[in-house]
Amino acid sequence: MSSGGVNSRIGYIAFNTFREAVRDRVLYNLIAFALLLSGAAILVGEISIDIERLVVVNLGLTAVSLFGVVIAIFIGIGLVSKEIDKRTLYTVLSRPVRRWEFVVGKFFGLTGTLVVNTLFMAIGVFLALLYVAHKFEKMDAWVLVALYFIVLQFLIVCALALFFSTFSTPLMSAVFTFALFVIGSLAEDLRGFARITQGLGGWLATVVAYLVPNFSALNVISLVAHGDPVPGRLILYNSVYALLYSAMAISGAVLIFQRRNLK
Amino acid sequence: MAAIEILDLEKSYLVGFWRKRRKLALRPLRLTIEEGEVFGFLGPNGAGKTTTLKLLMGLVFPTAGTARILGMEMDDPRVKSQIGFLPEQPYFYDHLSARELLNYYGQLSGMPAKGRSARVEQMLARVGLSDSAGLQLRKFSKGMLQRVGLAQAILHDPKLVFLDEPMSGLDPMGRREVRDLIQQLRHEGKTVFFSTHILSDAEALCDRVGVIQQGELRGVGAVAELTSQAQGKVEIIFYAASVPAGLTSLGAEARVSGDMVNAVLPEEQQEAALEVLRRERLKLISLTPVRSSLEEYYVQKLRPTEIRRGAGV
Repeated sequence: MSSGGVNSRIGYIAFNTFREAVRDRVLYNLIAFALLLSGAAILVGEISIDIERLVVVNLGLTAVSLFGVVIAIFIGIGLVSKEIDKRTLYTVLSRPVRRWEFVVGKFFGLTGTLVVNTLFMAIGVFLALLYVAHKFEKMDAWVLVALYFIVLQFLIVCALALFFSTFSTPLMSAVFTFALFVIGSLAEDLRGFARITQGLGGWLATVVAYLVPNFSALNVISLVAHGDPVPGRLILYNSVYALLYSAMAISGAVLIFQRRNLK
Repeated sequence: MAAIEILDLEKSYLVGFWRKRRKLALRPLRLTIEEGEVFGFLGPNGAGKTTTLKLLMGLVFPTAGTARILGMEMDDPRVKSQIGFLPEQPYFYDHLSARELLNYYGQLSGMPAKGRSARVEQMLARVGLSDSAGLQLRKFSKGMLQRVGLAQAILHDPKLVFLDEPMSGLDPMGRREVRDLIQQLRHEGKTVFFSTHILSDAEALCDRVGVIQQGELRGVGAVAELTSQAQGKVEIIFYAASVPAGLTSLGAEARVSGDMVNAVLPEEQQEAALEVLRRERLKLISLTPVRSSLEEYYVQKLRPTEIRRGAGV
């Protein structure tokens, strides 16, 4: 059986990216996460003022998000540029691998790494919840939805980091991606500001508000920490939005990378 | 059928802050390499050897011109499964072992799963890395990485192999092994296109060589012919500001370099040439039989403006 199909090549590149990341000790962040969460759970358990669940969910999910975003940025920005600098790309692209397959494979490899990372962190969050509350409740299922939204955030951050890394230096790519993450986290406020601003300023604010990724819509941490349900429509909208936004960023990355001279 | 037909391939880059200045990396290059040939691409660093290879590999895009590889357009995806490439000073994924890396490249090359592992082991043995196959590549020396590079270039049994400075970073033993490997590839009927600036390697291995400098192909010659031309010649170096007229009539090819003249002439004219020097009261520096005409050819092609033939100084 030949192993030369497009899907298999993307799969091989993705798996290699994942393997490199794991062996590069990326998952070591889990130790810091575990220490942070278990310390917080013990501390909250000691204080015991009936907000244990709120604190653990808030802190746990925020940590999952921040740890993941940092990993997504710092690995994402090097995914292409590192391969060019170290010339590992030369021996890959001199094989029957198309440039777009390389970019897409890299993207899947990094998102795969983050999904595995998030999976372990999610287990940590639920263990901490169990520790402070001694049992799971029905509303804890919404924590899973918040985790799903965090993974959607990672998809967009990875795609953006990859996009910038196809034409910019790692440092500038990190700055651009992080800036977009921060601005995107305030997207709802920006949209509100755009609505009340008139003239050119309002027009500009509207363009920026709808152009930056809307990370604030993907943040339901506070909602689920209070045990409130996440509307089904939001799950659908966010899923479609994250997939489209990532696809657009990856398409941009491919378009640039297709034309790039690997000097 | 020609293995490689390079048809006026040209590459220039826009440089400067506003990217308005054009820097020519490769002037229009026209070159044909036949199937089964071992071709050496010679030139100093920065001459355009690597640019040519990168163009053929599709790593950089030509400003003008094209090339046909194994009868197909160079950007035809089918080409890639039939060629192997070793970049200059190769570097691979740090955290993979040599075995994992070759297996990965085998997958990307579309090698069937069945038999891939056996082929990987065979390649590791061929480049002498069987004992280190499980070691992560970050622990490999430069020479070992070069061997891995060679193994990945021939892993999928390509018809055509491109090697960019394959002897770079190798100790004498390693260089010998690479030479043997290229000889084996020749016996297997593969076409080998390799760049080097080590003339002895080119002389030992190549059917033909091309000399490139400042992005321009200066000449192409068959090594056998060049070597036969060298037999029966001597090189005389002496102090003089110009070439004495008497040497011209002896059939000397002379080059002025500073206050010295370097003249190559038939061995039977050696005594007559020394007589000319005595007569002209010129001081002899050395007289040696010409061993490598490839070196002469290389030097001539690299500095054509400095070459002065006979009395035409």
